[in-house]
Amino acid sequence: MGKTLFDKVWDQHVVMENEDGSTLLYIDRHLIHEVTSPQAFEGLRLAGRKPWRPSAAVATPDHNVPTMDRERGIDDPVSRAQVEALDANCREFGITEFGMDDIRQGIVHVVGPEQGLTLPGMTVVCGDSHTSTHGAFASIAMGIGTSEVEHVLATQCLIQKKPKRMRITVEGPLPAGVTGKDVALYIIGRIGTAGGTGHAIEYAGQAVRELSMEGRMSLCNMSIEAGARCGMVAVDEVTLEYVKGRPYAPRGELWERAEAAWRELHSDDDAAFDVEHVFEAADIAPQVSWGTSPEMVVPVTGRVPRLAEARDAVQRESWRRALEYMGLREGTPITDIAVDKVFIGSCTNGRIEDLRAAAEIARGRKVAASVKQALVVPGSGLVRKQAEDEGLDVIFREAGFEWREPGCSMCLAMNADRLEPGERCASTSNRNFEGRQGMGGRTHLVSPAMAAAAAIAGHFVDVRAL
Amino acid sequence: MDAFTRLKGLVVPLDRANVDTDAIIPKQFLKSIKRTGYGPYLFDEWRYADRGEPGMDCSQRPLREDFVLNQPRYQGASILLARENFGCGSSREHAPWALLDYGFRCIIAPSFADIFYNNCFKNGILPVVLDAGIVDRLFAECEATPGYELDVDLAAQTVTTPTGDAFPFEVDAFRKHCLLHGLDDIGLTLTHADVIRAYEARRRKEAPWLGI
Ligand code: SF4
Repeated sequence: MGKTLFDKVWDQHVVMENEDGSTLLYIDRHLIHEVTSPQAFEGLRLAGRKPWRPSAAVATPDHNVPTMDRERGIDDPVSRAQVEALDANCREFGITEFGMDDIRQGIVHVVGPEQGLTLPGMTVVCGDSHTSTHGAFASIAMGIGTSEVEHVLATQCLIQKKPKRMRITVEGPLPAGVTGKDVALYIIGRIGTAGGTGHAIEYAGQAVRELSMEGRMSLCNMSIEAGARCGMVAVDEVTLEYVKGRPYAPRGELWERAEAAWRELHSDDDAAFDVEHVFEAADIAPQVSWGTSPEMVVPVTGRVPRLAEARDAVQRESWRRALEYMGLREGTPITDIAVDKVFIGSCTNGRIEDLRAAAEIARGRKVAASVKQALVVPGSGLVRKQAEDEGLDVIFREAGFEWREPGCSMCLAMNADRLEPGERCASTSNRNFEGRQGMGGRTHLVSPAMAAAAAIAGHFVDVRAL
Repeated sequence: MDAFTRLKGLVVPLDRANVDTDAIIPKQFLKSIKRTGYGPYLFDEWRYADRGEPGMDCSQRPLREDFVLNQPRYQGASILLARENFGCGSSREHAPWALLDYGFRCIIAPSFADIFYNNCFKNGILPVVLDAGIVDRLFAECEATPGYELDVDLAAQTVTTPTGDAFPFEVDAFRKHCLLHGLDDIGLTLTHADVIRAYEARRRKEAPWLGI
């Protein structure tokens, strides 16, 4: 019987198998940021250990960095201490870091692919759940906790149990106005936030193949919101095209060899999956989340659900809490919901294509007077530069958006960018949990074009009608 | 890491599905570079009526009286009874650190998110998966019985109620072994250093572009 894509990559990374069924898995690439690493480095120091292979690791600060007046440094002393700890740890342990004043700095999941640090067929880990992003390159990319960050630093390996394999096929061409983000939200709405628990997902089908690498990254990024260990897409011309010429990608004869190996990175025709889901792309409209979990999502043409439609008592109770927290009434049409703030950015949607899509909507229009703030935060310094080279910053500024420096920003509001209690935000990030963007803040997850459209209209609108 | 063998402790029921790690420990507390001291901020937005900031003296803060952790009958609990998909979202290990620092050593739920589940074992917390029906029953008993305690035995893999009903649970053999003995798995992996080096030598030839 044939092998799945996941099995091919997994098998190449097995260092040894223990009798109890756990595997020592070799890690090719370790990405590091300031929030989940200090305790791991401290652990190494306390045990008198050294990184096994420092060149496998690359670090960049992202969660805490300010997105304006950066030359002034970080005002918040606690945030500053954490970023400085990363600088010091990288120096001490000989790890490459793209620091705050490096143009390559940015959100770790934008930086990895952009630099060619993420390559097809790799195992990639990071102390961050959205590491699943890198699976767009047919790599096994997993978020890990800080103890595992320390384990990988010390041994270049992880102790893993093999997850089950799930394939999600989206058939048919991708409809106009529907992005990788919408596909991701639609899938989570269908299978639920625990739908992928214990599984490695492979995304397949015509609609997935039609996505650009940016779109595939948005899709794989949100695999964790479906509870999966990782999400993957097979290698094709789109993948190779994206990787070729990146700073850390192989060149010349090495590229030829790598390319030949990477072309094998797809599931065999007769490979078997533990679970299969098949969806029709034609059924997918631009999505808007209404509640406090990414599975609480409906098409922009839909309504906030009624409690009576819940499948059981536990779901009814969580819907009731979500409606209360979000300040919404059952049955409200999505396009009747007005927003106070708009956030375009994050590791889900902070790439150049995302900014282009948002700028396309913003061009020649103005942010509605009722919208207090509309932020555009590029995913990295290089994304920012490219956007400026294309004049996108001018389009955004003229429309009334703020153009910021790269970082996680209002995706999780660890820096100064946040929602105030009760404020409602159209956000291109990935989590609408209570308090995620600031205590009491209300998040609606959407694509970049949908967020820009909401900024202009002052409420949600269907981008396809613009 | 402290070993976990057997625990008889007071149970607190947290009756919500999909409790995420942002709720368990909000982001502003992730700025600390330590592993300890998160307990007072566990479930911060649900526990306190004001906005929590790192370094606050929590004994002075206004409490949300209706939140279950604030109720007098549940003070001193060491077992958390939870609903499906507990610990979803962010990979932050600050979530188990906060639970541990507060005093929880065991969490019982119908299901857990993968990364959180794994993080628990690294910190001497035992996550126990029981059938949704059994968890329902434990919720009902716990709410009806002041001072409700469960007896969790890792070696025997059972959870026993005050009336003597014992429910078996599954746990991975390697994780069980590490937890029972409080083992550091980095030390264990490093005993295989030669095997890792041999793997690297092979990979260097097979996939030279990886720069191993
Ligand atoms: S952008 Fe948001 S989700 Fe992505 S790494 Fe940063 S905080 Fe996490």
